[in-house]
Amino acid sequence: MLALRTALTAFRRSPLLSVLSITTIAFSLFAFGLFGLVALNIRSALQRVEERVEIRAFVAEGTPVETIAAASDEVAKYPQVLKVDVVTQSQALERARTELGEFKDVFESEFLPASLDVKLKPGFRDPASVKAVAAQLKGLEFVDDVRFGEEWIAQLYKLRNIAGAVGGALGLAFMAVAVIIIGATIRMAVLARAKEISIMRLVGATDGFIRRPFLIEGSIKGILGGILALILTYLAMRVLGQYLRFETTFFDRQLAIMGVLFGALMGLLGSLVSVGRHLKRV
Amino acid sequence: MIRFDKVTKTYPRAAGATALRNVSFRLGKGEFAFLTGPSGAGKSTILKLLYMDERPTSGEVRISGYSSDKIKHREIAVLRRRLGIVFQDFRLLEDRTAEANVAFALEVIGTPRANIPGKVARALTQVGLASKATALPRELSGGEQQRVAFARALVNDPFVLIADEPTGNLDERATRGIFQLLREINASGTAVIMATHDLALVRSTDYRCIELNHGEIVFDSADAPKVEVEMD
Repeated sequence: MLALRTALTAFRRSPLLSVLSITTIAFSLFAFGLFGLVALNIRSALQRVEERVEIRAFVAEGTPVETIAAASDEVAKYPQVLKVDVVTQSQALERARTELGEFKDVFESEFLPASLDVKLKPGFRDPASVKAVAAQLKGLEFVDDVRFGEEWIAQLYKLRNIAGAVGGALGLAFMAVAVIIIGATIRMAVLARAKEISIMRLVGATDGFIRRPFLIEGSIKGILGGILALILTYLAMRVLGQYLRFETTFFDRQLAIMGVLFGALMGLLGSLVSVGRHLKRV
Repeated sequence: MIRFDKVTKTYPRAAGATALRNVSFRLGKGEFAFLTGPSGAGKSTILKLLYMDERPTSGEVRISGYSSDKIKHREIAVLRRRLGIVFQDFRLLEDRTAEANVAFALEVIGTPRANIPGKVARALTQVGLASKATALPRELSGGEQQRVAFARALVNDPFVLIADEPTGNLDERATRGIFQLLREINASGTAVIMATHDLALVRSTDYRCIELNHGEIVFDSADAPKVEVEMD
């Protein structure tokens, strides 16, 4: 309790420094958060595209409906398969008409083949898995042809891998910068109270006692900085969204809490390291 | 109570600099001793070894049952609660009143809150500053600031007062006042070990004097035949 009171007193005694460290923490987390938001949105955009990965197995003409239905059930049991839709000839025609709008009158008879439209589970949408499932489908005797946009999927995955690698590297860099800045900020706060720490040590305060208020202070700063960063990120997203007319996703609750906790952790670690340095000597 | 046994201290960073060389002495209960000698002679090092801010490179320091060989990090805090330490530069917290500075020493070692005001008032009275309890350090003279530092050092009833050049920043009048205070503290049973440059001050008394030069004891009045000082 005394530790908490001391920590709060520290805010009151040096409001400027406290505000300064909180904003510094907030801005470094804000940069990290903005980056995270971009990464998140690229990922969700890619995911939406990925959901469209589909294998279409065209059924030979004259195959009995029962055979197709049985095969569909069979395919649905493949571990990679999320869902199988049977598209009859008439449905194929209907789809072609809606997809091609103005040319709808070109299609009159049911000349389009029936097909099994196979959607894959997440995690099996990479080129290799798609290819494997496609090969399996091709093996079915009534299947004429299998289409799955091989090149397109390969491109998508390349993009995804690049985005992942660049994102990871940039994210690490941003995080490192945030950690360094927050560490320096907290160190400044500890330095401002170096005399207090040295007196505490002289009169026989234990290390734990000396450390505690600083840790609490650091964590509070981290949490406040984290919340401020979250608000800034949210505002930035709204403003950008308005200008770019781009549908954006914000961090869900879990990620938001994680961000704030990350701030707290930074504050805590920063204080721990800086106080530790002062505890070694009077 | 305090014993230095062939203590040598070298600082690794200052290449080849030996701060203390083979220093041995004892200080008995309630004794008063000056540490004198030129700057860099090792006075402050002896004091730092006493409050275990430094450990000897070789030899042993014993104080109040603790040995520099065996004392654990946690025990150093416990030991310091029984020491009073004052410095030339007072080391007061500028943003707190005199009484808050004294109370600080009690708060940070977990003294029950109810006991603090009484102890603080007593300590301030002892150093003659009861009327300035609510003054900030900058509103006090140098001598008064040093008295606050003494009150802080005394508030936990130490068995020894360790003073590193306590009068170094004070004019002659304030120095006499502080020295008078030290005598009173000693008269009430607290041992005093005081490092000082002020040879006039040392000569004006018959207290024990340990003189250092280049890290060695070159004179100890306790060894001189004329002076009678009881050793434990």
